[in-house]
Parts: sequence; C-alpha cells; structure tokens
Amino acid sequence: MISTMECAVDAQSLISISLMKIHNSRTQRGGIKLHKNLLVSYVLRNARQVYIKEKYAEIYRMQQYEEVMTVCNEIQELNPLDLEAEDAEDEEQARTACCAEEASACGSPCHRGAAHCRAAGTVAGCSLLEDGCKEPEPSYYRSCCMEAPPAPLCEQCPANSSAHCNKTTVLDLDTHVVTTVENGYLHQDCCCDALQCGQSAQSPAKKRKVEFGCCASDAEEAPDFTAVRKRAKREDCSYSAPDYTDTSNISNLISIFGSGFSGLLSRQADLEQICSKQALASLGAWTRAIVAF
Amino acid sequence: MPADIISTVEFNHTGELLATGDKGGRVVIFQQEIENKNQPQFRSEYNVYSTFQSHEPEFDYLKSLEIEEKINKIRWLPQKNAAQFLLSTNDKTIKLWKISERDKRPEGYNLKEEDGRYKDPNTITSLRVPVLKPMDLMVEASPRRVFANAHTYHINSVSVNSDNETYLSADDLRINLWHLEITDRSFNIVDIKPANMEELTEVITAAEFHPHQCNTFVYSSSKGTIRLCDMRVSALCDKHSKLFEEPEDPSNRSFFSEIISSISDVKFSHNGRYMMTRDYLSVKIWDLNMETRPVETYQVHEYLRSKLCSLYENDCIFDKFECCWNGNDSVVMTGSYNNFFRMFDRGHRRDVTLEASRENSKPMQVLKPRKVCTGGKRKKDEISVDSLDFNKKILHTAWHPQDNIIAVATTNNLYIFQDKVN
Repeated sequence: MISTMECAVDAQSLISISLMKIHNSRTQRGGIKLHKNLLVSYVLRNARQVYIKEKYAEIYRMQQYEEVMTVCNEIQELNPLDLEAEDAEDEEQARTACCAEEASACGSPCHRGAAHCRAAGTVAGCSLLEDGCKEPEPSYYRSCCMEAPPAPLCEQCPANSSAHCNKTTVLDLDTHVVTTVENGYLHQDCCCDALQCGQSAQSPAKKRKVEFGCCASDAEEAPDFTAVRKRAKREDCSYSAPDYTDTSNISNLISIFGSGFSGLLSRQADLEQICSKQALASLGAWTRAIVAF
Repeated sequence: MPADIISTVEFNHTGELLATGDKGGRVVIFQQEIENKNQPQFRSEYNVYSTFQSHEPEFDYLKSLEIEEKINKIRWLPQKNAAQFLLSTNDKTIKLWKISERDKRPEGYNLKEEDGRYKDPNTITSLRVPVLKPMDLMVEASPRRVFANAHTYHINSVSVNSDNETYLSADDLRINLWHLEITDRSFNIVDIKPANMEELTEVITAAEFHPHQCNTFVYSSSKGTIRLCDMRVSALCDKHSKLFEEPEDPSNRSFFSEIISSISDVKFSHNGRYMMTRDYLSVKIWDLNMETRPVETYQVHEYLRSKLCSLYENDCIFDKFECCWNGNDSVVMTGSYNNFFRMFDRGHRRDVTLEASRENSKPMQVLKPRKVCTGGKRKKDEISVDSLDFNKKILHTAWHPQDNIIAVATTNNLYIFQDKVN
C-alpha cells in the first residue's frame, strides 16, 4: 500500500535509498541484476545533481549575505587589510577558474573585493577569505562544480575547533542510519566524497586521489594538490565520526555509485560530471565486480 | 508459495495449448477441450495437460552465484508433427522440450511377460507379434536440446524465427542467434557491452523476430528506444536499420524519468506492420515505417505518476509488465496493479479496466469494468489510488491467436476469460 502522504521527494533521502538498494542487490538470489542497478544509478545521479545544485544555491545565497556584511565591515575599517603573501598567491591561482565563473554573477560588490584580492578575476569569497578564516593555509576547497569556494561556510560554524564545518550526509550501512554530520568539507558533499568522508580511517591517499579527480581542469592541478594534501592532513586530526565503521569495500561501492557510471554523466554538459569522471577512474572495485559478473 | 508465482504465459499457435512457467522452474501446460467448440453455448475449458520441471536451481561456482530456476520466457514452436515443442528459458539456459502424447501401448510381447520380465526361453514355442492397444492418455515432456553457456548476463527474451529453424535469445547486453538443432554453437548478432563497463548507459530489455520477415528483428532498451535490425546487412547487427524513439516530454522530468521510460516488453502485431512497447506507465503502438514517434499511446495507469517516489521505495517501479495483441490486432492488453488489467480497443478508441479476482470470477459471470478514482470525490464502485494493492500485480497476459479468449496471470493464479456468448 502506498501511504496517502507522498513520500518526501528529497534528494538526500533518495540517495540513501538508492545506495541501500544497490547494497542489497549484492546479496539477492540470482546475482546482481544489471538492469535494475543501472536504473537505480540513474536515480542516484539525478538526486545528486539536485542535491549539489541545492547546496550551491545555498552557498551562493550565503555568499551574497557575506558579501553584504563584508562591505559593511569594510566601510567601517579604514585600513586596507594586510595580505599574507603566500596566501594570496595560492588563492590567486586557485581562484582563477572559480572567479571567472562568479565574476558575472557577483555584480558590483565583487569589485570592491578585488581591490584587496589581487586576483585576475574576483569572487565574493576572495575577500572573505582574508577577512574571515585567517588560517595559515588556504582554507577554501575547490568545489567540484568550479563555482565559488565554499570557504564562506566556515564562517557559519564556529563550534568546531578546526573551524571547518559543513553538513555531510552519511549512510551507515551497518545500522542503516542516515546522519547529517557537521564535519568535512563542502565539495565532499558530492556524494562519493561525502560518504567516504563519513567513514573514519579513510586513507588520506585515497581521499586525495578522489578529491584530486574532483578538481576538473588541468590548469589547477598543482595548487589543488597542495590544498588537497593540506586539507587531507587536517581531516585526519579533526575528524570525529566514531559512529561509522570502517568498511572499505562498502565505501568503494558508495564512492563509485556516488559518482555513478561516467557514461550517465556525459548526457549533459553539467559541472559535476567533470569531477565524477576522474573520480570514477580511480575507483575500480565495483567496476571489477561488474566485469567479473 | 513463492515458487508458484507465475512468471510467463503463452498460447501456442493454434490456441489449443496454454503454457505457464513459474518461479520454481516448472512448466504447466493447459489444453482446451475441443469437443464442445462447435456448440458456442458451452464454454471451452482449459484443463491441465502436462506438468514438468523445466529448470532446476544451479550454482555458478566460478562467480559464486546462484542461478535462479525461474522461467523467464516460454515460446512455442509451430507444430510440425504430432508432438509439440516449446522453448523455455531461465536466466542462463534455454531448453527445447518435446511434449508428446501416448495413448497406445504395445501388448503381447513374444519374449517378455506383461510386467517386463523375460520369459524362460524354453517355454516359448510360438511367435507372437505385439499389438498396440489403447491406454489412458499419457503426456510426456522430454528435453530434446539444452542451449547453455552462451549468456553472461540474464536472459530476458527468446523468439522463434519465422523460418522455424533458428531462434534468438537476448540478455542484458547481447543477442545470440541459434539453430534449433545445434546446441554447442550460437552466433552473437548484437553486442552493446561497452569496452569499459563504467560507460554503460543502457541495457537490452526485450527482443523479438518479425512474424514474417525472417531477417528482421527488434530489440528494446532501458532508455526507451527500439532498434530494428536486418540480419542481411551484416553479421553483427550493432548498427540498427531503424531507431524508434520518442523525445521525452521535458515537463514530465523527474528523478525517475529514466526508470519509467525503460521498455519492459516489445511485441510485433500479427500482421507485422506495427509493434507495441510497454513502459511503466503506458503502451505505445509504433508503425514500422515511422521512427520519430508512436502512432498511438495509451495510458495504463497515469495516476501513478505522482506516486513514483513511493513506488521506487517499495520497488514496484521496477515491475516489468508485458503486453499482447489480440488475433486481428484490433485490441491490445496489458496488466496493472490491484489485479487490474487493461484493454485498449484501437479501432473504437475505447478502453476498459477489468479485475481478475476470485470474487468476480464465478463461471459465466460477466466482468464488471473497474474504475480508479484519481482525485476529488470518489464515486460508488470506484477505487481510490491509495487503496490499490500493489502486491497484486498482473505482469503477464496472453491472448488466444484466433478467439477472444485471454489468459491473465495474477501472482499465483491463472485466470482464463472468454467472450460473452449470447
């Protein structure tokens, strides 16, 4: 019976339901049903696209808010900010691509930030980085979608000692509990990464590989890698997710299906598919399972 | 009993025999009682004719996988002699069964007693030739061919060619061509497996030979496309001759668009000019000469479109409904939930919803049309969408090739309905 209440067509819950189906299909009699799993992966992809778009819309809204706040602060401050040289360099290079994306979207407030930024383009987040997270290392992370860096969100979560916060949806395959964790970094909410992040004791090397793949264009590879490595280190110490069992086989499954079949993604010229393709290349377990089957 | 779940239903070419396969690997064949056929006021009944175990569960040790014995498809061969032949298949192996009758038995052996023991040769003094005497009818089923080890993926279709010598079998990614006499060899005629499985975007969902053109077959995909292939063009039919596809309506886009556009069944019309496809919510009739869109579309249960999320959660959205034509291609039929099935009269633009259930299946009782209330005030006798029982699904239906007799399979039961005779 279908309940009279239409089930919540929520991207996040669809992702977890889909992953459960894929997981259960491994133990079904008669072997893995290729057709059904393919269809489930389509739902997974669709849900992830919506989820990511929602996330970035949210970030963008917050950025706009932060921009306004920053401008207000700037008006109050009479001295220009001191830039840390190394930060500026890293940020410049890494920001180039995302700045380009955001430049048109930002509008006039961006130009104010540019004065402080010294980057080729400007993005609202640039100034925020300098104002806000005064980290010794770049605290923003290249998003899969090549949009504004998620750093501004750091502002929102003061509680965490590492000042890195974000919501990550994690599916615990043992207890079948879906939890949203205030941890991790935004781009890891791309499902594969988010869920990998949700499991403790992930090897930094694996994470790095995935995230590296998530950063699309070749031009940004070098600074990305630096940022990624730094971030990976931080993750290890700041990470606190005792609920999640370390089951690397299952994490492979999740991360692979987090990205979906790369062929599905070539259907549209969408942003996240770029990261998924490369992410997929590094994840072989499920593929091997399919091939063997 | 889960093993009793009917998984396929098929009339033979005369309609005299009706075969069903089930999840337990059994085939049950019903035969129509012909005696009263000339007197229309008598119902011609179908009675059990033969029952046999076609497939057993197997274990693939290499892959550590169990192979289900469930019969996915049965297809009859046209009758050539006294015996009947059918192909039955599970996920991996196709078998050719011979069903023959024995109604005489030899009696009066020269050298043997009646019970089969050999007589003492010293007591035999004369020659006696055995005589055939009538006996109670016995129907025997024997496996004549086993076509194995040709499919890596799950077999979803078999189809006998009009040449009566070859047949095709299709799995998720490949279609093979067999000769009915040869079991150790088959030809691969379609292969859509990508070099890198990560690039997989669609699978084959059904395939069928054209009823008259022995060189033509079609196969449907999970993406809602149908490809028509001509075997004369090349040995490997990866390139289609025709591609039938209707563009998606963007206003209907949802998380589940890909699932509901996946085609679950494809059937040529008897006259060979049309084909019918079934996807989750609709039945489409295609003219083989027009690839851009179907000529007719019938909504089976459009009221489910707003319930797709729940249907995804309970897995009903993956149900594979079949469809069938009547003998003169004027009416098509397919199943739905709550033991409902739908008929669409193409000529008169009428459709009807009927129910297969014990309550309204007393003999001679005319089936009452059913209606699902889609919104607003529910009228008397209407059923609201939320009251539908999604465990009662009719996936398999079959129509007698000549008469208005239909076979409808609910989960565990087979219903046979006939035209009302005045």
